Amino acid sequence: MTHQLFDCRDAYSQELEALAAADPRIVAVVNDSVSSTKLKSFRSKFPDRFVNVGIAEQNMVGVGAGLALGNMLPYVCGASCFLTARANEQVKVDLGYTNSNVKLCGMSSGMAYGELGPTHHSIEDFAFTRVIPNLAVVAPADAIETRALMRYSAQHVGPMFLRISRVPVRNVMPEDFVFTLGKAHTLRKGNDITLMANGILVERALDAADILSSFGIDARVLNMSSVKPIDREAILDAARTTRGIVTVEEHSVYGGLGGAVAEIVAQEHPTRIKILGIPGVFAPTGSSDFLLEHFNLTATGIAEAAQQLLATSRTVA
Amino acid sequence: MYLFRNSDHRSLLATIKSDRRSLGICPDFIAVDNAPGLSYLQPIQTLCVRSVPALGILLPASSIAPAALPHWLHQQANRVRISALRMVHHAGIGHTGGDMSSADILTTLYLAILNVDPTEPNAPARDRFIMSKGHCSGAFYSVLAARGFFPTSMLDTYMDPLSKLNGHPDRNKLPGVEANTGPLGHGLPIAVGNALASRMSGLNFRTFVLTGDGELQEGSNWEACMCAAHYGLDDLTVIVDRNRIQQGDFTEKTIRMDPLAEKFRAFGFATEEIDGHDHAALLARFRTLPIEAGKPSCLIANTIKGKGISFAENKPEWHHGVPNADQLAAAIAELSVILADATEVRA
Repeated sequence: MTHQLFDCRDAYSQELEALAAADPRIVAVVNDSVSSTKLKSFRSKFPDRFVNVGIAEQNMVGVGAGLALGNMLPYVCGASCFLTARANEQVKVDLGYTNSNVKLCGMSSGMAYGELGPTHHSIEDFAFTRVIPNLAVVAPADAIETRALMRYSAQHVGPMFLRISRVPVRNVMPEDFVFTLGKAHTLRKGNDITLMANGILVERALDAADILSSFGIDARVLNMSSVKPIDREAILDAARTTRGIVTVEEHSVYGGLGGAVAEIVAQEHPTRIKILGIPGVFAPTGSSDFLLEHFNLTATGIAEAAQQLLATSRTVA
Repeated sequence: MYLFRNSDHRSLLATIKSDRRSLGICPDFIAVDNAPGLSYLQPIQTLCVRSVPALGILLPASSIAPAALPHWLHQQANRVRISALRMVHHAGIGHTGGDMSSADILTTLYLAILNVDPTEPNAPARDRFIMSKGHCSGAFYSVLAARGFFPTSMLDTYMDPLSKLNGHPDRNKLPGVEANTGPLGHGLPIAVGNALASRMSGLNFRTFVLTGDGELQEGSNWEACMCAAHYGLDDLTVIVDRNRIQQGDFTEKTIRMDPLAEKFRAFGFATEEIDGHDHAALLARFRTLPIEAGKPSCLIANTIKGKGISFAENKPEWHHGVPNADQLAAAIAELSVILADATEVRA
């Protein structure tokens, strides 16, 4: 079966325009990255609410905070690798600590810029942002969720990091989906094992569940787009009612979704857990697809990891 | 706090004296309507200076005769200095040198220039002041208290456990603080955002940011300068506390900053140098901003680190030197000279 694939940046930029048309507080701030953030149309429609600070991420985040403190609603958009790493102290202090109402849109996250090499990969951004108090961290799974998330973000008062990929994915979320911060979304019910994924890997987790089904394994699939706050109840329910958890993210295995899930499981209901991601190395060069396959972040790779986990897991009473 | 309308200075004085006797208190702050001039308030001022360790009496600058305003600001700035010194002495930690060098700038802005209202600290159209050199919180908090944003008694909790008065300011803890600063090079980008918001929202408030000079070694400031100039933010004024000393040494021995005015001009700012301790000059300049329409303004305020304390002036070790009890007493004595020149009136 073939599916239509969507670049989530289109959903984000179109929704931002719709929001800006209705809310005069909304302003877009970019670091030269007008085309890679897909904001050319926004710029032409709202030239007075478009701020290009040039190639200057520290200033960009500070300007965002200043706009928010001046009662505007800034969406600060740039490649996630520079936004979260170059400006990390500004994200910590000017956004998190100040609790300023800034929406940080980290584009082309993960290994979307695969060929460009580790300088342009952003496989550390969950870790950089998740540890900062007040800052919500969300990685939508598809275009539908991206739109829903954008609508939510304009209502949410406080800083958010929205991690938006450029890798085309199919829609997996229901058309009428309404985003709720801190809630996992169950995409598939199942009681043998739980696959928890976010971002562009949710579709692969669903495909992995199909593979597992052919082996008679009934996998639950949760979209864990909200990395912080995270759905503690959904995690504990998975720990209690299934025989193990496999987390799947386009991120280092350190400090991301897997880490967040493990922190809860280890302290509140220990169970078997396998964290899939990039195993603490700088990724080699190659296309996004190549790199995902290189690190076994494929439907087959996820299914195999789930089967291994079940093979070594103890029976849950 | 006392609020007297159409005030009768005899009853005001009597009330304060009575409260001193019965309650042992003196006002933090007295708001006065329709004050005809300074002279009748000086007895109260003198009384409170002698009795209150903190800030004593402060009046709206609008009640001061224009010719007397610079001198009055100098007095208030020295009260701020004394307050900051007491706070640093109390905490056993702080940034004495920069508190002293920035006191005149801060006092002039908050008591005579900024359109801010302590009863409505988040009014959307208020002027914004960003204290980028957040480490000089002793002077900053003292000025905010003097302006009435919070009681001066809170200054006594400076850096105590669970105090709202962190070593570096937190807007979520204290009214009047606009931005959480401390790491250097954050204030100017935030101020640029403020100035953009002023324009976009149509509220047209002014934005002021006070930076250190050593602080300008952080590259983020220059990113922000390019941005401010590009967008022609003439409602933005950067004030540099040019005391020429940073933590480890003189700035020019560390990483040379001169010619600093030329740097700002090259980055697109209308730039002037000014004596950062000359209240009349500061007032005149602040009242006629921008320096040039269409350009952000930069005032390089030449100051003396440790200003007003003979043994601390221009000494790198007083960047974060903490006065002991003897030094505190000596410094207060020096700083109080100007406070004693009000006419003494005895009951």
